[in-house]
Amino acid sequence: MDTLLQQLINGLTLGSIYALVALGYTMVYGILGLINFAHGEVVMVGALTALAAIKPLAAAGVPGPLAVLLGCLLAMLVCLTLGLTIERVAYRPLRRAPRLAPLITAIGVSMVLQQLAMLAWGRNYHPFPQLLPATPREIAGAQITDLQILIIVVATAIMAGLLLLVNHSRLGRAMRATAENPQIAALMGVDANRIIALTFAIGSALAAVAGVMVAANYGIAHYNMGFILGLKAFTAAVLGGIGNLAGAMLGGILLGVIEALGAGYIGDLTGGFLGSDYQDVFAFFVLIGVLVFRPSGLMGEKLAERA
Amino acid sequence: MMKRKPLAGMLLAALALGLLPFVVGAGMGNAWVRVLDFALLYIMLALGLNIVVGFAGLLDLGYIAFYAIGAYLYALLASPHFGLHWPPWAILPLGAAVAGLFGVLLGAPTLRLRGDYLAIVTLGFGEIIRIFLNNLNSPINITNGPQGIARIDPLSIAGVSLARPLEMFGIAVPGIYLTYYLFVALALVIIFITLRLEDSRIGRAWVAIREDEIAAKACGINTRNVKLLAFAMGASFGGVAGGLFGGVAGGLFAGFQEFVSPESFSLMESVMVLCMVVIGGMGHIPGVILGGLLLAVLPEALRHGAGPVQQMLFGRVLLDPESLRILAFGLALILVMIYRPAGLWPSPTRRREFEKGEQT
Repeated sequence: MDTLLQQLINGLTLGSIYALVALGYTMVYGILGLINFAHGEVVMVGALTALAAIKPLAAAGVPGPLAVLLGCLLAMLVCLTLGLTIERVAYRPLRRAPRLAPLITAIGVSMVLQQLAMLAWGRNYHPFPQLLPATPREIAGAQITDLQILIIVVATAIMAGLLLLVNHSRLGRAMRATAENPQIAALMGVDANRIIALTFAIGSALAAVAGVMVAANYGIAHYNMGFILGLKAFTAAVLGGIGNLAGAMLGGILLGVIEALGAGYIGDLTGGFLGSDYQDVFAFFVLIGVLVFRPSGLMGEKLAERA
Repeated sequence: MMKRKPLAGMLLAALALGLLPFVVGAGMGNAWVRVLDFALLYIMLALGLNIVVGFAGLLDLGYIAFYAIGAYLYALLASPHFGLHWPPWAILPLGAAVAGLFGVLLGAPTLRLRGDYLAIVTLGFGEIIRIFLNNLNSPINITNGPQGIARIDPLSIAGVSLARPLEMFGIAVPGIYLTYYLFVALALVIIFITLRLEDSRIGRAWVAIREDEIAAKACGINTRNVKLLAFAMGASFGGVAGGLFGGVAGGLFAGFQEFVSPESFSLMESVMVLCMVVIGGMGHIPGVILGGLLLAVLPEALRHGAGPVQQMLFGRVLLDPESLRILAFGLALILVMIYRPAGLWPSPTRRREFEKGEQT
């Protein structure tokens, strides 16, 4: 029972992070029908930028939470710029090209970002400083740290804010209109290019926050951390129904919980045959399962017919 | 499409191919003959992936997994690990079949969906295979984990091992030259098969699906089966190339790694093969061959040239050749897609399509 609750807490934390990243995938997909492969690398850049700011700030005596906040803001700014640049350089010129083309440039962007990050930050794993009190609180036999609480609360707040923005603001209406039909939205006076750029900017800013959370949660950041995270977040987006915001949130949290429970119980279930080394495999099986049985995802519209 | 070439030209080409290793070996050293061998291996891989990506328009980002399957199959069936020593001619077809089977298993659930999903699923598949290869050493030791499998039997033809020089007409032909001839022969077979496939009913069906799946379906093509066939065929080519790689790792090349381990099959390798297809010219066989050759040889040149140049420009080596290679390929992918989307040497029809596409 303790393991169950503990893994649920861990899964919820991980899931909130996946959800934030998944939102970036799903927003871009919803509006452009494009998988932004480089999104995982944006998360990585966010984490490392924030770290680069937090370290000197903390060393200069700035209180921990403030340093994290400032680092986070800087990371958001950098990632936002990065997102805009990626859209401008790699995707906009290809908007009318065959489907395969932007997918291939996205891989290129992802490779370039990874290598540039390696050039800037080196190959080493960077420890993320412990700025929040680490002593866990006891809840019904399970432990939850302040950091985990903070991650879950902040992620929930951001998601609520995003839902409000998309569903109840002028900008949100323009975004939904562009997603529905860019030409007609343009006829109604929506500047599609601006909306698409803004979508990338918002998604990238979310990715920055998620990056800081991942680094803080695992206590480590690395130039190579973006890829597998991106893959999982994409799985989360598909699980929820790609293109659907609420779906991405649900998918992210579900995937986090599935992964945590899977990693916690796989040893017992297979009699020790498979260990927690296989944690990364779950996301993939979830992805295959969803694609086979419910390709439109849990909350998505029918996608197969839009082929 | 193929024009009948005069016999003299064919003979000349054959002579050039036959003499190439001697010229390269004498002029630049035997290390470059090894590079040629690998270029041929990559060309075979690229031609296999070209069926999937170039002809059928399905983006496969886990292609290296099939290569891994072929290589591990060879390593397991021809090494002391299980005490098995099967001959290569038995393993290579088996590798093709097993890789093809995996291709079908992976393709069946995903091919009815849009291409984007296939890209992600294959990418995940490539990683999964690697994770399994890395971890299947306990409780039953199948793959020997991260250390990989060593002491593999070298490739051999009719009992003649390619690891030792062969005395012929008083000249000792080194093993890497023999490997070169074997690889040239196999590459020619694969080129011939893909050329014939391209002009076949199936090849036309693939191109039709790439261009417009719904229209292809309306023309009576069973799109699911035909796509599955493309996937399985590409996979089986990868399996053969993997088997050859396994044989090469059996100590054929002095100084080259003498084991098969999971780290040879990273995502980067998949992307590298994809780069060959895309940069060379998707769906155009001569282009793909050019791409394979360029991208296999250029990194070697980088390895020798990049260090000194950086030393001169910045006073120190900023980027090791491996990162430089990845960076250069990433940039090349972006630039080629934006400025020359049909590749460096595109097929005439493909180029027309892209130009037309830009006007609309």
